[in-house]
Amino acid sequence: MKILVCISHVPDTTSKINFTDENSKFDTNGVQFVINPYDEFVLTRAMWFKEKQGASVTVVNVGNATNEPTLRKALAIGADEAIRVNADATDGYFVAKQLAEVVKNGDFDLILAGRESIDYNGGMVPGMLAGILDFNFVNACIGLEVDGNTATVIREIDGGKETLNTNLPLVIGGQKGIVEEKDLRIPNMRGIMMARKKPLSVVEPVSFDATTQSIKFEKPEAKGAVKLIDANNVGELINLLHNEAKVI
Amino acid sequence: MSVLVYAESSEGKFKKIAFETVSYGKKVAELLETSLSVVTINANNVSSLSDYGAQKIITVNNDKLNTFNAKAYADVLKQVAEKESANIVIIDSSNNGLYLAPLLAVNLEAGYASNVVEAPSSISPFTVKRKAFSNKAFNTTEIKTDKKVIGLAKNSFGLVENKSTATEETFSPTLTDGDFNINSTSVDKAKGKITIADADIVVSGGRGLKGPENWGMIEELADVLGAATACSKPVSDLGWRPHSEHVGQTGKPVASNLYIAIGISGAIQHLAGINSSKVKVVINNDPEAPFFKAADYGIVGDAFEVVPKLIEKLKEFKAQNT
Ligand SMILES: Cc1cc2nc3c(=O)[nH]c(=O)nc-3n(C[C@H](O)[C@H](O)[C@H](O)COP(=O)(O)OP(=O)(O)OC[C@H]3O[C@@H](n4cnc5c(N)ncnc54)[C@H](O)[C@@H]3O)c2cc1C
Ligand SMILES: Nc1ncnc2c1ncn2[C@@H]1O[C@H](COP(=O)(O)O)[C@@H](O)[C@H]1O
Repeated sequence: MKILVCISHVPDTTSKINFTDENSKFDTNGVQFVINPYDEFVLTRAMWFKEKQGASVTVVNVGNATNEPTLRKALAIGADEAIRVNADATDGYFVAKQLAEVVKNGDFDLILAGRESIDYNGGMVPGMLAGILDFNFVNACIGLEVDGNTATVIREIDGGKETLNTNLPLVIGGQKGIVEEKDLRIPNMRGIMMARKKPLSVVEPVSFDATTQSIKFEKPEAKGAVKLIDANNVGELINLLHNEAKVI
Repeated sequence: MSVLVYAESSEGKFKKIAFETVSYGKKVAELLETSLSVVTINANNVSSLSDYGAQKIITVNNDKLNTFNAKAYADVLKQVAEKESANIVIIDSSNNGLYLAPLLAVNLEAGYASNVVEAPSSISPFTVKRKAFSNKAFNTTEIKTDKKVIGLAKNSFGLVENKSTATEETFSPTLTDGDFNINSTSVDKAKGKITIADADIVVSGGRGLKGPENWGMIEELADVLGAATACSKPVSDLGWRPHSEHVGQTGKPVASNLYIAIGISGAIQHLAGINSSKVKVVINNDPEAPFFKAADYGIVGDAFEVVPKLIEKLKEFKAQNT
């Protein structure tokens, strides 16, 4: 099994979100970048397939050279090699096209991605990639087993879960559950040392016109101060929720 | 040219989200001075969609489509979009909607904007406002392609009644074997429980509740309010509550009308997931808890005293108001 794990490079969850250039660009000043949390879950699952089933694991990012430390981190966690497609990732469709090229050239049969990136929250790359390649696709995946060519996948549905049977080649949009939080891998010293020697190749993008373009950003309006209600007068809360907020 | 909405149903029934998507579609059709077609798959009582502005209702009935299948559904929607010459297709943000929309976008070679919260701010260029940075910001995006897929964020547009007369017709899609390469073998759904995705009200508990044995009052409060129950991340990590209840940036997003947080500190990652809820209430014994900065209403107090009182008062309120 040849696994490709798609890694997006996103601001750490505690980052302050600000914009520059007349609110057209995300302000990266003082921001720490990390592997997208959903991608960490699927990368850890890939390590399991590597150790238990002898799979090879390649990680890929579409982005510029500033993203390389994030790919190195994925190598330190245990991926065998990394590929960076040298292009700005501004449109989900564009990214999916680039990833499709990487999949075709590398003959990958299991593609693991996250359910969404926590920066742009597109939730589109894995599905579009599957659509372009005409591979099977399961989104919001919370469990994955592969036996030869067949896969058993659990996906989250509204109010529960559903078990599915399908075949490779397969694209997964994964989330917590595919592995548990406590099992997430973090790089250790040995991993970090080894990662320096692992191959990271840079490939040029194929041409494709972006389908969308970000115009500007804005922050939600600042909200008013909290109304405090005395703990001995909870009836007042009910009154406010009924008459003022009109939600009960 | 027309606008096409997919109105999702479950076991034949529409959920509120279907009517919200139709309401939104009507608004987009008005902006484009065109008509609104709505497609349904194996749904009953489809004429109810005309209450929200559907002018043409296309029903697809096919036993093979009884269980949701993203690829097959995306193929059906593509065929309907082509038949209707629809340049804009609007999909909801349920788990199923999020699953099929990117497949449909590729089928149609359409640009796709997800998490959209408002009617287009401009038609030419075509721009929409969407949520980004886990609800910490909004992003205005231009969709540059001729054909467009819009994913509407839940509870962002609301229901807008707009009674119209609708024509109804059936459509028989062409399905291929390739549409059914993924097979559902079992579905495990909590029966009779309100889910976070559907709920108008969500009652959520954090580590301040000390242990799983104290969730009785949370469930009772949810019961009185007709609410879904939720929890913070450590609560599900500790196994006090199932993962499906974990809300926040790395859990489920909540876009309810009312969110009540009990014994939750209000960490940035928690707030990111619940920002889209309209009204937020916090109950916490620490007046310095960050949640008080994010909430609309707050009670500083011990949950073990406040919540039982709240339940009692709510029962009185319900008795008078129903
Ligand atoms: C990458 C990353 C992603 C994360 N994603 C999420 C996420 O999606 N969702 C999420 O929730 N968290 C997430 N977290 C964790 C988050 O940072 C916080 O640790 C978590 O939200 C805290 O949960 P809590 O408020 O229940 O617990 P605590 O922080 O322990 O807070 C408990 C609160 O209860 C109050 N309390 C105690 N006793 C009582 C009482 N008797 N009555 C009333 N109040 C009482 C305390 O004053 C305190 O404010 C994430 C963290 C990281 C690093
Ligand atoms: N620039 C990128 N390079 C590689 N993978 C990506 C990139 N952007 C998104 N992905 C993958 O697609 C998933 C969903 O991202 P998105 O569609 O942007 O929300 C992420 O969790 C990644 O696995």
